[in-house]
Amino acid sequence: MTKDLALKIRKHAVNMTSSGGSSHIGSILSIADVLSVLYGSVMNYKAEEPKWSGRDRFILSKGHAGAGVYAVLAETGFMSLDKLKTHYQDGSDLSGHVSHKGIPGVEFSTGSLGHGLPVAAGMALAAKINKDKHNVYVLISDGECDEGSNWEAALFAPYHRLDNLVVIIDRNKLQSIHSTEETLGLEPFVDKWQAFGWNVVDVDGHDHEQLVNACNSKITGKPLCIVANTTKGKGISFMENQVLWHYRNPQGEEYEAAMRELDDNA
Amino acid sequence: MRDAFLDRLTELAAADKDVVLLTADLGFGVFENFESKFPGQYFNVGVAEQNMTGLAAGLALEGKKVITYSIANFPTLRCLEQIRNDGCYHDLNITIVASGGGFSYGSLGMSHHATEDIAILRALPAMSVVAPGTVWEASEAIEALVKGDGVGYLRLDKTVADENSTPLFSLGRSIRYREGVDVTLFATGGILRDAIQAAELLQELDIDAGVVSMYSIKPIDKDAIIAAVNETGGIVTIEEHNIDGGLGSAVAEVCMDSGFIPKKFLRIGLDNQYSSIVGSQNYLKAHYQMDATAIVKRIKMLLE
Repeated sequence: MTKDLALKIRKHAVNMTSSGGSSHIGSILSIADVLSVLYGSVMNYKAEEPKWSGRDRFILSKGHAGAGVYAVLAETGFMSLDKLKTHYQDGSDLSGHVSHKGIPGVEFSTGSLGHGLPVAAGMALAAKINKDKHNVYVLISDGECDEGSNWEAALFAPYHRLDNLVVIIDRNKLQSIHSTEETLGLEPFVDKWQAFGWNVVDVDGHDHEQLVNACNSKITGKPLCIVANTTKGKGISFMENQVLWHYRNPQGEEYEAAMRELDDNA
Repeated sequence: MRDAFLDRLTELAAADKDVVLLTADLGFGVFENFESKFPGQYFNVGVAEQNMTGLAAGLALEGKKVITYSIANFPTLRCLEQIRNDGCYHDLNITIVASGGGFSYGSLGMSHHATEDIAILRALPAMSVVAPGTVWEASEAIEALVKGDGVGYLRLDKTVADENSTPLFSLGRSIRYREGVDVTLFATGGILRDAIQAAELLQELDIDAGVVSMYSIKPIDKDAIIAAVNETGGIVTIEEHNIDGGLGSAVAEVCMDSGFIPKKFLRIGLDNQYSSIVGSQNYLKAHYQMDATAIVKRIKMLLE
Protein backbone atom coordinates (compact mmCIF):
# COMPACT_ATOMS: atom_id res chain seq x y z
CA MET A 1 0.00 0.00 0.00
CA THR A 2 2.77 2.43 0.90
CA LYS A 3 4.61 1.28 -2.24
CA ASP A 4 1.64 2.39 -4.33
CA LEU A 5 1.60 5.72 -2.55
CA ALA A 6 5.32 6.21 -3.18
CA LEU A 7 4.82 5.55 -6.88
CA LYS A 8 1.99 8.05 -7.01
CA ILE A 9 4.14 10.69 -5.30
CA ARG A 10 6.91 10.07 -7.85
CA LYS A 11 4.54 10.38 -10.80
CA HIS A 12 2.96 13.54 -9.41
CA ALA A 13 6.44 14.95 -8.84
CA VAL A 14 7.44 14.32 -12.45
CA ASN A 15 4.21 15.87 -13.69
CA MET A 16 4.38 18.87 -11.38
CA THR A 17 8.02 19.74 -12.04
CA SER A 18 7.56 19.18 -15.77
CA SER A 19 4.43 21.28 -16.20
CA GLY A 20 5.57 23.96 -13.77
CA GLY A 21 9.15 24.00 -14.99
CA SER A 22 10.35 23.76 -11.41
CA SER A 23 13.57 22.36 -9.96
CA HIS A 24 14.32 19.73 -7.31
CA ILE A 25 12.81 16.59 -8.88
CA GLY A 26 15.83 14.64 -7.63
CA SER A 27 15.23 15.83 -4.06
CA ILE A 28 11.55 14.83 -4.20
CA LEU A 29 12.25 11.35 -5.61
CA SER A 30 14.77 10.92 -2.79
CA ILE A 31 12.07 11.30 -0.10
CA ALA A 32 9.06 9.74 -1.83
CA ASP A 33 9.41 6.54 0.20
CA VAL A 34 9.82 8.35 3.52
CA LEU A 35 6.71 10.45 2.80
CA SER A 36 4.67 7.43 1.79
CA VAL A 37 5.65 5.50 4.91
CA LEU A 38 4.86 8.45 7.20
CA TYR A 39 1.49 9.27 5.63
CA GLY A 40 0.58 5.74 4.59
CA SER A 41 1.52 3.88 7.74
CA VAL A 42 3.22 5.66 10.64
CA MET A 43 1.45 8.94 11.38
CA ASN A 44 -1.95 9.51 12.95
CA TYR A 45 -4.03 12.22 11.28
CA LYS A 46 -7.51 13.01 10.02
CA ALA A 47 -7.49 14.48 6.53
CA GLU A 48 -11.03 15.76 7.01
CA GLU A 49 -9.95 17.52 10.22
CA PRO A 50 -6.43 18.81 9.49
CA LYS A 51 -6.08 20.62 12.84
CA TRP A 52 -7.24 17.64 14.94
CA SER A 53 -5.31 18.15 18.18
CA GLY A 54 -4.27 14.50 18.48
CA ARG A 55 -2.59 14.39 15.08
CA ASP A 56 1.09 13.67 14.64
CA ARG A 57 2.88 16.73 13.29
CA PHE A 58 5.11 16.71 10.21
CA ILE A 59 7.49 19.41 9.02
CA LEU A 60 9.41 19.23 5.78
CA SER A 61 12.54 21.22 6.54
CA LYS A 62 14.03 20.67 3.09
CA GLY A 63 11.27 22.86 1.71
CA HIS A 64 12.54 22.63 -1.88
CA ALA A 65 10.98 19.17 -2.05
CA GLY A 66 7.59 20.66 -1.22
CA ALA A 67 5.93 19.20 -4.32
CA GLY A 68 6.33 15.79 -2.67
CA VAL A 69 4.37 16.99 0.36
CA TYR A 70 1.65 18.53 -1.79
CA ALA A 71 1.40 15.23 -3.67
CA VAL A 72 1.09 13.07 -0.56
CA LEU A 73 -1.46 15.48 0.96
CA ALA A 74 -3.56 15.29 -2.20
CA GLU A 75 -3.32 11.49 -2.30
CA THR A 76 -4.37 11.23 1.35
CA GLY A 77 -7.38 13.51 1.02
CA PHE A 78 -6.22 16.86 2.41
CA MET A 79 -6.80 18.54 -0.96
CA SER A 80 -7.98 17.65 -4.42
CA LEU A 81 -5.65 15.97 -6.90
CA ASP A 82 -6.66 18.68 -9.37
CA LYS A 83 -5.05 21.32 -7.18
CA LEU A 84 -1.64 19.78 -7.89
CA LYS A 85 -1.94 21.07 -11.46
CA THR A 86 -1.58 24.62 -10.11
CA HIS A 87 1.87 23.94 -8.65
CA TYR A 88 4.36 26.67 -9.60
CA GLN A 89 1.75 28.43 -11.74
CA ASP A 90 1.05 32.17 -11.57
CA GLY A 91 -1.52 32.93 -8.88
CA SER A 92 -1.26 29.53 -7.19
CA ASP A 93 -0.61 29.00 -3.49
CA LEU A 94 1.45 25.84 -4.14
CA SER A 95 4.89 27.45 -4.20
CA GLY A 96 8.13 25.72 -5.10
CA HIS A 97 9.13 25.69 -1.45
CA VAL A 98 6.45 24.33 0.82
CA SER A 99 3.99 26.89 2.21
CA HIS A 100 1.16 26.42 4.70
CA LYS A 101 -1.05 29.31 3.65
CA GLY A 102 -4.26 28.04 2.15
CA ILE A 103 -3.03 24.44 2.16
CA PRO A 104 -4.63 22.17 4.77
CA GLY A 105 -2.20 19.64 6.19
CA VAL A 106 0.97 21.68 5.87
CA GLU A 107 2.02 22.49 9.42
CA PHE A 108 4.86 24.84 8.61
CA SER A 109 6.38 26.73 5.70
CA THR A 110 10.04 26.29 4.94
CA GLY A 111 12.47 26.99 2.13
CA SER A 112 15.46 28.43 3.92
CA LEU A 113 17.40 25.48 5.29
CA GLY A 114 17.98 24.88 8.99
CA HIS A 115 14.59 26.10 10.21
CA GLY A 116 12.54 22.91 10.56
CA LEU A 117 14.32 21.09 13.37
CA PRO A 118 14.24 23.96 15.91
CA VAL A 119 10.54 24.52 15.21
CA ALA A 120 9.79 20.79 15.47
CA ALA A 121 11.67 20.74 18.79
CA GLY A 122 9.45 23.60 19.97
CA MET A 123 6.33 21.68 18.98
CA ALA A 124 7.64 18.59 20.77
CA LEU A 125 8.42 20.65 23.87
CA ALA A 126 4.89 22.07 23.82
CA ALA A 127 3.50 18.51 23.65
CA LYS A 128 5.62 17.55 26.67
CA ILE A 129 4.44 20.61 28.63
CA ASN A 130 0.82 19.84 27.75
CA LYS A 131 1.26 16.09 28.34
CA ASP A 132 0.01 15.38 24.82
CA LYS A 133 0.77 11.99 23.28
CA HIS A 134 1.36 12.81 19.63
CA ASN A 135 4.75 12.73 17.90
CA VAL A 136 6.50 15.38 15.85
CA TYR A 137 8.30 14.28 12.67
CA VAL A 138 10.72 16.51 10.81
CA LEU A 139 12.43 15.58 7.55
CA ILE A 140 15.72 17.33 6.90
CA SER A 141 18.34 16.87 4.21
CA ASP A 142 21.92 15.85 4.78
CA GLY A 143 23.29 18.92 3.01
CA GLU A 144 21.07 20.98 5.30
CA CYS A 145 23.19 19.77 8.21
CA ASP A 146 25.77 22.37 7.16
CA GLU A 147 23.45 24.86 8.89
CA GLY A 148 24.49 25.52 12.48
CA SER A 149 20.91 26.04 13.68
CA ASN A 150 20.34 22.28 13.33
CA TRP A 151 23.12 21.57 15.78
CA GLU A 152 21.71 24.08 18.26
CA ALA A 153 18.47 22.09 18.19
CA ALA A 154 20.40 18.81 18.17
CA LEU A 155 21.83 19.83 21.55
CA PHE A 156 18.48 21.00 22.90
CA ALA A 157 16.28 17.98 22.11
CA PRO A 158 18.22 15.25 23.96
CA TYR A 159 18.86 17.52 26.96
CA HIS A 160 15.12 18.05 27.27
CA ARG A 161 14.41 14.35 26.68
CA LEU A 162 12.12 15.00 23.71
CA ASP A 163 11.37 11.36 22.91
CA ASN A 164 8.28 12.52 21.00
CA LEU A 165 10.54 14.08 18.36
CA VAL A 166 11.70 12.16 15.28
CA VAL A 167 14.17 13.65 12.83
CA ILE A 168 14.53 11.80 9.56
CA ILE A 169 17.60 12.72 7.55
CA ASP A 170 17.47 12.26 3.80
CA ARG A 171 21.04 10.99 3.43
CA ASN A 172 21.40 11.04 -0.35
CA LYS A 173 24.98 12.36 -0.07
CA LEU A 174 24.50 15.02 -2.75
CA GLN A 175 24.10 18.71 -2.15
CA SER A 176 23.83 21.74 -4.35
CA ILE A 177 27.14 21.59 -6.22
CA HIS A 178 29.08 18.50 -5.09
CA SER A 179 28.66 15.55 -2.77
CA THR A 180 28.34 16.16 0.95
CA GLU A 181 31.77 14.62 1.46
CA GLU A 182 33.33 16.93 -1.15
CA THR A 183 31.68 19.98 0.41
CA LEU A 184 32.24 19.94 4.17
CA GLY A 185 32.41 16.23 4.94
CA LEU A 186 29.56 15.04 7.17
CA GLU A 187 31.04 11.66 8.07
CA PRO A 188 31.13 10.07 10.57
CA PHE A 189 27.53 11.20 10.39
CA VAL A 190 25.78 8.62 12.57
CA ASP A 191 28.46 9.05 15.23
CA LYS A 192 27.88 12.79 15.30
CA TRP A 193 24.16 12.42 16.09
CA GLN A 194 24.88 9.70 18.63
CA ALA A 195 27.46 11.92 20.29
CA PHE A 196 24.81 14.63 20.61
CA GLY A 197 22.68 12.18 22.57
CA TRP A 198 20.20 10.95 19.97
CA ASN A 199 18.87 7.44 19.51
CA VAL A 200 20.15 6.89 15.96
CA VAL A 201 18.87 4.27 13.52
CA ASP A 202 20.67 3.85 10.20
CA VAL A 203 18.41 2.41 7.46
CA ASP A 204 17.81 2.05 3.75
CA GLY A 205 15.59 5.06 3.09
CA HIS A 206 13.80 3.31 0.23
CA ASP A 207 12.98 0.12 2.19
CA HIS A 208 9.51 0.64 3.64
CA GLU A 209 9.76 -2.11 6.22
CA GLN A 210 13.04 -0.74 7.53
CA LEU A 211 11.56 2.76 7.69
CA VAL A 212 8.48 1.58 9.61
CA ASN A 213 10.64 -0.39 12.03
CA ALA A 214 12.91 2.60 12.49
CA CYS A 215 9.93 4.81 13.38
CA ASN A 216 8.93 2.20 15.96
CA SER A 217 12.35 1.93 17.58
CA LYS A 218 11.86 4.63 20.17
CA ILE A 219 13.81 4.79 23.40
CA THR A 220 12.22 6.55 26.39
CA GLY A 221 13.90 9.85 27.14
CA LYS A 222 15.75 10.15 23.83
CA PRO A 223 14.78 11.84 20.58
CA LEU A 224 14.97 9.55 17.56
CA CYS A 225 17.20 10.25 14.57
CA ILE A 226 16.62 8.09 11.49
CA VAL A 227 19.43 8.34 8.98
CA ALA A 228 17.60 7.30 5.82
CA ASN A 229 20.22 6.35 3.25
CA THR A 230 18.70 7.34 -0.05
CA THR A 231 19.49 7.86 -3.71
CA LYS A 232 18.82 11.29 -5.10
CA GLY A 233 16.52 10.88 -8.12
CA LYS A 234 15.49 7.39 -6.95
CA GLY A 235 13.29 5.49 -9.41
CA ILE A 236 14.33 7.22 -12.61
CA SER A 237 17.69 5.81 -13.64
CA PHE A 238 18.99 8.75 -15.62
CA MET A 239 18.27 11.10 -12.71
CA GLU A 240 19.82 8.94 -10.00
CA ASN A 241 22.87 10.44 -8.27
CA GLN A 242 23.01 13.32 -10.74
CA VAL A 243 23.36 16.83 -9.26
CA LEU A 244 22.00 18.13 -12.58
CA TRP A 245 18.53 16.93 -11.55
CA HIS A 246 18.59 19.17 -8.51
CA TYR A 247 17.85 21.91 -11.04
CA ARG A 248 16.62 20.43 -14.32
CA ASN A 249 12.99 19.49 -15.01
CA PRO A 250 11.96 16.71 -17.37
CA GLN A 251 10.51 17.75 -20.74
CA GLY A 252 9.69 15.95 -24.00
CA GLU A 253 11.48 12.64 -24.36
CA GLU A 254 12.95 12.89 -20.88
CA TYR A 255 9.46 13.26 -19.45
CA GLU A 256 8.21 10.26 -21.46
CA ALA A 257 11.18 8.14 -20.42
CA ALA A 258 10.74 9.09 -16.76
CA MET A 259 7.05 8.17 -16.68
CA ARG A 260 7.68 4.95 -18.64
CA GLU A 261 10.36 3.81 -16.21
CA LEU A 262 8.14 4.50 -13.19
CA ASP A 263 5.30 2.47 -14.80
CA ASP A 264 7.60 -0.37 -15.85
CA ASN A 265 8.98 -0.78 -12.35
CA ALA A 266 5.63 -0.38 -10.60
CA MET B 1 12.80 49.07 33.05
CA ARG B 2 13.76 45.42 33.00
CA ASP B 3 12.39 44.91 36.52
CA ALA B 4 9.08 46.47 35.50
CA PHE B 5 8.92 44.22 32.46
CA LEU B 6 9.61 41.15 34.57
CA ASP B 7 7.13 42.10 37.30
CA ARG B 8 4.34 42.43 34.76
CA LEU B 9 5.41 39.27 32.95
CA THR B 10 5.29 37.40 36.25
CA GLU B 11 1.68 38.50 36.68
CA LEU B 12 0.87 37.43 33.14
CA ALA B 13 2.49 34.01 33.63
CA ALA B 14 0.60 33.48 36.89
CA ALA B 15 -2.68 34.23 35.16
CA ASP B 16 -2.02 32.19 32.01
CA LYS B 17 -0.05 28.94 31.99
CA ASP B 18 0.46 29.26 28.23
CA VAL B 19 2.87 32.18 28.77
CA VAL B 20 6.37 30.72 28.22
CA LEU B 21 9.65 32.59 28.66
CA LEU B 22 12.78 31.49 26.76
CA THR B 23 16.16 33.03 27.45
CA ALA B 24 19.33 32.52 25.46
CA ASP B 25 21.46 32.16 28.59
CA LEU B 26 21.19 35.76 29.74
CA GLY B 27 19.51 37.08 32.87
CA PHE B 28 21.84 35.89 35.64
CA GLY B 29 20.20 36.78 38.95
CA VAL B 30 17.09 37.98 37.13
CA PHE B 31 14.88 35.02 36.28
CA GLU B 32 15.41 32.71 39.29
CA ASN B 33 12.12 33.67 40.92
CA PHE B 34 10.21 33.26 37.65
CA GLU B 35 11.82 29.88 37.02
CA SER B 36 10.95 28.51 40.46
CA LYS B 37 7.40 29.86 40.37
CA PHE B 38 6.52 28.60 36.89
CA PRO B 39 8.06 25.25 36.00
CA GLY B 40 7.25 24.42 32.39
CA GLN B 41 6.97 28.12 31.59
CA TYR B 42 10.68 28.98 31.64
CA PHE B 43 13.55 27.50 29.63
CA ASN B 44 17.14 28.61 29.35
CA VAL B 45 17.84 27.37 25.82
CA GLY B 46 21.56 28.10 25.93
CA VAL B 47 23.54 30.55 23.83
CA ALA B 48 21.57 29.70 20.70
CA GLU B 49 19.33 32.46 19.42
CA GLN B 50 18.37 30.82 16.13
CA ASN B 51 17.17 27.73 17.96
CA MET B 52 15.46 29.91 20.59
CA THR B 53 13.42 31.66 17.92
CA GLY B 54 12.62 28.41 16.10
CA LEU B 55 11.56 26.84 19.41
CA ALA B 56 9.39 29.88 20.07
CA ALA B 57 7.68 29.35 16.73
CA GLY B 58 7.07 25.67 17.46
CA LEU B 59 5.67 26.48 20.91
CA ALA B 60 3.50 29.28 19.52
CA LEU B 61 2.14 27.00 16.79
CA GLU B 62 0.84 24.85 19.65
CA GLY B 63 -0.86 27.80 21.33
CA LYS B 64 1.83 29.12 23.65
CA LYS B 65 2.44 32.85 24.09
CA VAL B 66 6.19 32.94 23.92
CA ILE B 67 8.70 35.54 25.05
CA THR B 68 12.28 35.26 23.77
CA TYR B 69 14.82 37.16 25.82
CA SER B 70 18.40 38.21 25.39
CA ILE B 71 20.39 41.43 25.26
CA ALA B 72 21.46 43.91 22.62
CA ASN B 73 21.27 42.50 19.06
CA PHE B 74 21.30 38.82 19.99
CA PRO B 75 17.54 38.04 19.99
CA THR B 76 16.92 40.17 16.89
CA LEU B 77 19.68 40.42 14.28
CA ARG B 78 21.35 37.10 15.07
CA CYS B 79 18.14 35.23 14.26
CA LEU B 80 16.46 37.68 11.91
CA GLU B 81 15.43 35.07 9.36
CA GLN B 82 13.80 32.91 12.03
CA ILE B 83 11.84 35.99 13.13
CA ARG B 84 10.80 36.66 9.53
CA ASN B 85 10.04 33.17 8.21
CA ASP B 86 9.12 31.22 11.34
CA GLY B 87 7.43 33.96 13.34
CA CYS B 88 6.04 36.67 11.09
CA TYR B 89 5.01 34.56 8.08
CA HIS B 90 3.12 32.24 10.42
CA ASP B 91 1.48 35.11 12.36
CA LEU B 92 2.63 33.67 15.68
CA ASN B 93 2.33 35.12 19.16
CA ILE B 94 5.99 35.71 19.94
CA THR B 95 7.36 38.68 21.85
CA ILE B 96 11.05 39.33 21.40
CA VAL B 97 12.54 41.20 24.33
CA ALA B 98 15.98 42.77 24.06
CA SER B 99 17.46 44.32 27.13
CA GLY B 100 19.92 47.06 26.28
CA GLY B 101 18.55 49.37 23.59
CA GLY B 102 20.91 51.87 21.99
CA PHE B 103 24.03 52.52 24.08
CA SER B 104 22.66 50.86 27.25
CA TYR B 105 25.73 48.62 27.19
CA GLY B 106 27.92 51.45 25.95
CA SER B 107 31.21 50.39 27.51
CA LEU B 108 30.91 46.81 26.28
CA GLY B 109 31.64 47.80 22.68
CA MET B 110 29.88 47.92 19.33
CA SER B 111 28.75 44.26 19.41
CA HIS B 112 26.50 45.30 22.31
CA HIS B 113 25.18 48.55 20.80
CA ALA B 114 21.65 48.04 19.47
CA THR B 115 21.57 50.87 16.97
CA GLU B 116 19.93 49.41 13.86
CA ASP B 117 17.37 47.08 15.44
CA ILE B 118 14.35 49.36 15.11
CA ALA B 119 14.91 49.99 11.42
CA ILE B 120 15.50 46.35 10.58
CA LEU B 121 12.59 44.95 12.56
CA ARG B 122 10.08 47.56 11.47
CA ALA B 123 10.73 46.49 7.88
CA LEU B 124 9.02 43.16 8.64
CA PRO B 125 5.29 42.75 7.97
CA ALA B 126 3.21 41.29 10.84
CA MET B 127 5.54 42.88 13.38
CA SER B 128 5.07 45.41 16.17
CA VAL B 129 8.05 47.44 17.36
CA VAL B 130 7.91 49.06 20.79
CA ALA B 131 10.57 51.08 22.61
CA PRO B 132 9.21 52.36 25.93
CA GLY B 133 10.50 55.58 27.45
CA THR B 134 9.38 55.05 31.03
CA VAL B 135 9.15 52.18 33.50
CA TRP B 136 5.38 52.31 33.32
CA GLU B 137 5.40 52.20 29.52
CA ALA B 138 7.62 49.10 29.65
CA SER B 139 5.22 47.20 31.86
CA GLU B 140 2.22 48.22 29.78
CA ALA B 141 4.09 47.25 26.61
CA ILE B 142 4.85 43.67 27.63
CA GLU B 143 1.21 43.07 28.50
CA ALA B 144 -0.01 44.58 25.23
CA LEU B 145 2.43 42.50 23.20
CA VAL B 146 1.80 39.20 25.00
CA LYS B 147 -1.95 39.66 24.79
CA GLY B 148 -1.85 40.90 21.20
CA ASP B 149 -1.49 38.90 18.01
CA GLY B 150 1.59 38.51 15.87
CA VAL B 151 5.26 39.03 16.57
CA GLY B 152 6.31 41.92 18.78
CA TYR B 153 9.63 43.46 19.59
CA LEU B 154 10.13 45.11 22.97
CA ARG B 155 13.31 47.17 23.26
CA LEU B 156 14.24 47.78 26.89
CA ASP B 157 16.58 50.58 27.87
CA LYS B 158 18.76 51.22 30.89
CA THR B 159 17.90 54.91 30.83
CA VAL B 160 14.33 55.87 31.69
CA ALA B 161 12.39 59.09 31.75
CA ASP B 162 10.97 59.79 35.18
CA GLU B 163 7.42 60.51 34.09
CA ASN B 164 4.23 59.48 35.81
CA SER B 165 1.94 56.82 34.44
CA THR B 166 -1.09 57.74 32.39
CA PRO B 167 -4.12 55.64 31.51
CA LEU B 168 -3.51 55.90 27.79
CA PHE B 169 -1.18 53.11 26.65
CA SER B 170 -2.00 51.09 23.55
CA LEU B 171 -0.04 49.86 20.53
CA GLY B 172 -0.14 52.38 17.71
CA ARG B 173 -0.63 55.33 20.04
CA SER B 174 1.74 57.73 21.77
CA ILE B 175 1.81 59.82 24.93
CA ARG B 176 2.24 63.58 25.03
CA TYR B 177 4.11 64.32 28.25
CA ARG B 178 4.58 68.02 27.62
CA GLU B 179 2.68 70.64 25.64
CA GLY B 180 4.47 73.18 23.47
CA VAL B 181 3.74 75.14 20.30
CA ASP B 182 7.14 76.12 18.89
CA VAL B 183 8.34 72.61 18.14
CA THR B 184 7.36 69.01 18.94
CA LEU B 185 9.99 66.52 20.08
CA PHE B 186 9.13 62.92 19.23
CA ALA B 187 11.34 60.53 21.21
CA THR B 188 11.42 56.75 21.41
CA GLY B 189 13.01 54.69 24.18
CA GLY B 190 14.79 55.91 27.28
CA ILE B 191 16.20 58.92 25.45
CA LEU B 192 12.77 60.38 26.19
CA ARG B 193 14.51 61.53 29.38
CA ASP B 194 16.93 63.68 27.36
CA ALA B 195 14.07 65.03 25.24
CA ILE B 196 12.20 66.16 28.35
CA GLN B 197 15.35 67.69 29.84
CA ALA B 198 15.96 69.47 26.54
CA ALA B 199 12.41 70.86 26.55
CA GLU B 200 12.96 72.24 30.05
CA LEU B 201 16.22 73.89 28.96
CA LEU B 202 14.53 75.28 25.84
CA GLN B 203 11.83 76.82 28.04
CA GLU B 204 14.53 78.94 29.68
CA LEU B 205 15.37 80.19 26.20
CA ASP B 206 11.70 81.02 25.53
CA ILE B 207 11.31 78.12 23.12
CA ASP B 208 8.11 76.25 23.87
CA ALA B 209 8.75 72.59 23.03
CA GLY B 210 6.22 69.78 23.31
CA VAL B 211 7.41 66.23 24.02
CA VAL B 212 5.74 63.05 22.81
CA SER B 213 6.81 59.51 23.67
CA MET B 214 6.56 57.47 20.49
CA TYR B 215 6.89 54.16 22.28
CA SER B 216 5.10 52.40 19.43
CA ILE B 217 7.18 52.75 16.28
CA LYS B 218 5.20 50.14 14.42
CA PRO B 219 2.28 50.63 14.23
CA ILE B 220 2.88 54.39 14.56
CA ASP B 221 0.55 57.10 15.80
CA LYS B 222 -0.17 58.95 12.57
CA ASP B 223 -2.74 61.22 14.19
CA ALA B 224 -0.20 62.50 16.71
CA ILE B 225 2.29 63.26 13.93
CA ILE B 226 -0.24 65.08 11.78
CA ALA B 227 -1.50 67.05 14.81
CA ALA B 228 2.07 68.09 15.62
CA VAL B 229 2.62 69.22 12.03
CA ASN B 230 -0.56 71.27 12.09
CA GLU B 231 -0.30 72.71 15.57
CA THR B 232 3.40 73.33 16.17
CA GLY B 233 6.31 75.01 14.43
CA GLY B 234 8.24 71.89 13.53
CA ILE B 235 9.12 68.29 14.31
CA VAL B 236 12.31 66.89 15.82
CA THR B 237 12.72 63.14 16.17
CA ILE B 238 15.09 61.80 18.83
CA GLU B 239 16.28 58.20 19.00
CA GLU B 240 19.28 56.33 20.34
CA HIS B 241 19.57 54.52 17.04
CA ASN B 242 21.06 55.01 13.62
CA ILE B 243 19.54 57.87 11.69
CA ASP B 244 18.52 55.61 8.78
CA GLY B 245 15.25 53.76 9.00
CA GLY B 246 14.28 54.35 12.61
CA LEU B 247 11.80 56.70 14.27
CA GLY B 248 12.85 59.71 12.21
CA SER B 249 12.29 57.82 8.98
CA ALA B 250 8.96 56.47 10.20
CA VAL B 251 7.75 59.97 11.10
CA ALA B 252 8.97 61.37 7.77
CA GLU B 253 7.09 58.61 5.92
CA VAL B 254 3.85 59.58 7.66
CA CYS B 255 4.38 63.26 6.80
CA MET B 256 5.10 62.61 3.13
CA ASP B 257 2.38 60.01 2.69
CA SER B 258 -0.28 62.18 4.34
CA GLY B 259 0.77 65.42 2.66
CA PHE B 260 1.20 67.21 6.00
CA ILE B 261 4.69 68.66 5.73
CA PRO B 262 6.27 70.15 8.85
CA LYS B 263 7.59 73.70 8.64
CA LYS B 264 10.86 72.49 10.19
CA PHE B 265 12.13 68.90 10.44
CA LEU B 266 15.19 67.41 12.13
CA ARG B 267 16.21 63.84 12.88
CA ILE B 268 18.53 63.36 15.86
CA GLY B 269 20.25 59.99 16.12
CA LEU B 270 23.50 58.23 15.41
CA ASP B 271 24.85 59.52 12.11
CA ASN B 272 25.57 56.32 10.17
CA GLN B 273 28.43 54.99 12.19
CA TYR B 274 29.44 52.33 14.67
CA SER B 275 30.87 53.51 17.95
CA SER B 276 34.37 52.31 18.74
CA ILE B 277 34.61 54.82 21.59
CA VAL B 278 34.33 53.37 25.08
CA GLY B 279 31.86 55.06 27.36
CA SER B 280 28.75 54.92 29.50
CA GLN B 281 25.35 55.44 27.90
CA ASN B 282 25.35 59.09 28.98
CA TYR B 283 28.89 59.64 27.76
CA LEU B 284 28.18 58.17 24.33
CA LYS B 285 24.94 60.11 23.93
CA ALA B 286 26.85 63.32 24.58
CA HIS B 287 29.70 62.25 22.32
CA TYR B 288 27.32 61.55 19.43
CA GLN B 289 25.35 64.78 19.96
CA MET B 290 22.09 63.35 21.20
CA ASP B 291 21.98 64.23 24.90
CA ALA B 292 19.86 67.07 26.27
CA THR B 293 22.58 69.69 25.75
CA ALA B 294 23.13 68.67 22.15
CA ILE B 295 19.39 68.48 21.48
CA VAL B 296 18.98 72.05 22.74
CA LYS B 297 21.84 73.28 20.58
CA ARG B 298 20.52 71.62 17.46
CA ILE B 299 16.96 72.83 17.99
CA LYS B 300 18.16 76.40 18.46
CA MET B 301 19.95 76.15 15.12
CA LEU B 302 16.89 74.59 13.50
CA LEU B 303 14.58 77.39 14.63
CA GLU B 304 16.92 80.27 13.89
